[in-house]
Amino acid sequence: MSQTPQHTQSGHDQDALIGPGHTMATLTDKISDLVLTRKQPLQWFAVTGIASIFASLLLLTVLNLFFTGIGVWGPNNPVGWGFDIINFVWWIGIGHAGTLISAILLLLKQEWRTSINRFAEAMTLFAVACAGMYPLLHTGRPWLAYWLLPIPNSMGMWPQFRSPLIWDVFAVSTYATVSALFWYVGLIPDLAVFRDKAKGKLQKLIYGFLALGWRNAARHWDRYETAYLLLAGMSTPLVLSVHTVVSFDFAAGIIPGWHTTVFPPYFVAGAIFAGFAMVLTLAIPLRIWYGVGDLITDKHLDNMGKVLLATGWIVAYGYGVEAFMCFYSASTYEEFMLLNRLQGPYAFQYWSLLLTNLVIPQLMWVPKLRRNIWVLYLVAMSVNIGMWLERYVIIVVSLHRDFLPSSWGMYAGTRWDWAMFLGTLGFFTTAFMLFVRFLPMISIAEMKALVPHKPGLTTGGAHGRSHH
Amino acid sequence: MSTHAKTETPIYGYLAEFDDKDALFACCKAARAKGLTEIEAYTPTPLHGLTDILGYRNYVPHLVFLGGLAGAVTAFGLCYWASVLEYPLNIGGKPFNSWQAFVVPTFETMILFASLTAVFGMLILNGLPQPYHPVFNVEKFARCTSDRFFFIVLARDPKFDLQATKRFLSEQKALSVDEVPH
Repeated sequence: MSQTPQHTQSGHDQDALIGPGHTMATLTDKISDLVLTRKQPLQWFAVTGIASIFASLLLLTVLNLFFTGIGVWGPNNPVGWGFDIINFVWWIGIGHAGTLISAILLLLKQEWRTSINRFAEAMTLFAVACAGMYPLLHTGRPWLAYWLLPIPNSMGMWPQFRSPLIWDVFAVSTYATVSALFWYVGLIPDLAVFRDKAKGKLQKLIYGFLALGWRNAARHWDRYETAYLLLAGMSTPLVLSVHTVVSFDFAAGIIPGWHTTVFPPYFVAGAIFAGFAMVLTLAIPLRIWYGVGDLITDKHLDNMGKVLLATGWIVAYGYGVEAFMCFYSASTYEEFMLLNRLQGPYAFQYWSLLLTNLVIPQLMWVPKLRRNIWVLYLVAMSVNIGMWLERYVIIVVSLHRDFLPSSWGMYAGTRWDWAMFLGTLGFFTTAFMLFVRFLPMISIAEMKALVPHKPGLTTGGAHGRSHH
Repeated sequence: MSTHAKTETPIYGYLAEFDDKDALFACCKAARAKGLTEIEAYTPTPLHGLTDILGYRNYVPHLVFLGGLAGAVTAFGLCYWASVLEYPLNIGGKPFNSWQAFVVPTFETMILFASLTAVFGMLILNGLPQPYHPVFNVEKFARCTSDRFFFIVLARDPKFDLQATKRFLSEQKALSVDEVPH
């Protein structure tokens, strides 16, 4: 199939968003065969096997937590927030890149989002599930967690609507719901593809059931695209509000190092930074194991590298402003907090954070390195670790030196803290691998819109994009 | 085969298959020019401008607006009612109606309701989920989710005629024209 002049994106081989020679039929076959006919690569079994062991560890830690109480975790006076909040913020931040790719890049008409949005959305769902576990379990008695919701109850009590912690309940539960809706709506036409491609009776039945009877009717597509575009338009402010609210959990407190106005934008940028790193962490192996380098091309990796660099610098700006404001505030406690970060007992974590989040990502300035998967993977892992350390530093360093030296203390995660963190990583990976096994990891219907299916013809863009 | 209510037409309609979207567009236009109204096109990926030819109105945006409005009113009403009327509590001397703080739950709930309306409104207006539909009786229709375009004229169209409509569709650049049983 020849390239059309209208499709300038595909004109340059190096910048192509889709490999040459693809038609609508080959795309459909290629993506659906990954699930329906092809044997899973060996790596799939290895990763799923190991990850599910860790997912079982999560079950064990949760059981232990229920039977013993949250004393098995490290938080105590004065550090009342530990791994639970660090991991909550880390996971929810990772989730945000999925929404950013699906929604914001859609609104900005960035066509390169198309082959990575599906699995990024799945990543969001599973990351939000991991995030949600932490505050629920941190309540200590999660069977009473419904007290957080504004439900009429026999005590006649209502949640405190002026508190950022209740805003969190609204923001995170809305975010989880909308992310699931967005993901599922995007899946419907592809589930219909699977229904029509599936050979086995059971496969046909299950995919057919999930496809809800979708039949590609023009009027259906029109309503569908409207709904999808509106969801994107609403998810965009939503995702910004969610991490803003998460940052309010800190910024509304009077703890030195938390009480700053830079937190909302700085947290949002950090979330996107962390999330793109996780998208790369997942995309690079998928690309190799499933041979989808013609769909997730070098151009995609290159763009994601650029996003890492840009958001990394916004985060760096946040670090700069934080440090500057500590001095500018002329508050002894703020100044002490900064010095304590730089040379206190947790200085190692702070300097490691600067190394992993600030120094190593600078490799992304070099175009060649942005297309080198090994370097990209190194940078992505570095940012994954760095963003975890960032939350560690924000939470632990500010809390462990209280206003009075008599209430100073130290904090370290216990073995159960670590077990639960590893457990959520295992749960996340298992869920993601099952998604890759049973659902289309790349959006078939949207990818078709990128194919020049006949010389001289262009298709309308999927999901509300205009004609070329 | 159909469990639907008894229908008066002998068949459900005629389904024409195309491998080219321009031919599909031409067919839609010709059908409209002929005065056919009970028509629908099926395409593997959304094609813009098609529904303008088919003639229809999209009410999803209106519904979503109403859904968002309902969400905002509900959430603000809840905050106000709980904090001002039902159980006023003096928290650090803040006004009972701390509307600035209530903006956050209001905003989140607005998005929640609007999103739920967008998805369920779209599905309901599309008549989904629908386990059975006559077009699936035509075996080659399965290629619609791959790379083929289809066009249907329903037998319940007042201008439908078993012979004339079939002839009309054959005159288009269709690969095939099939009868769709109920």
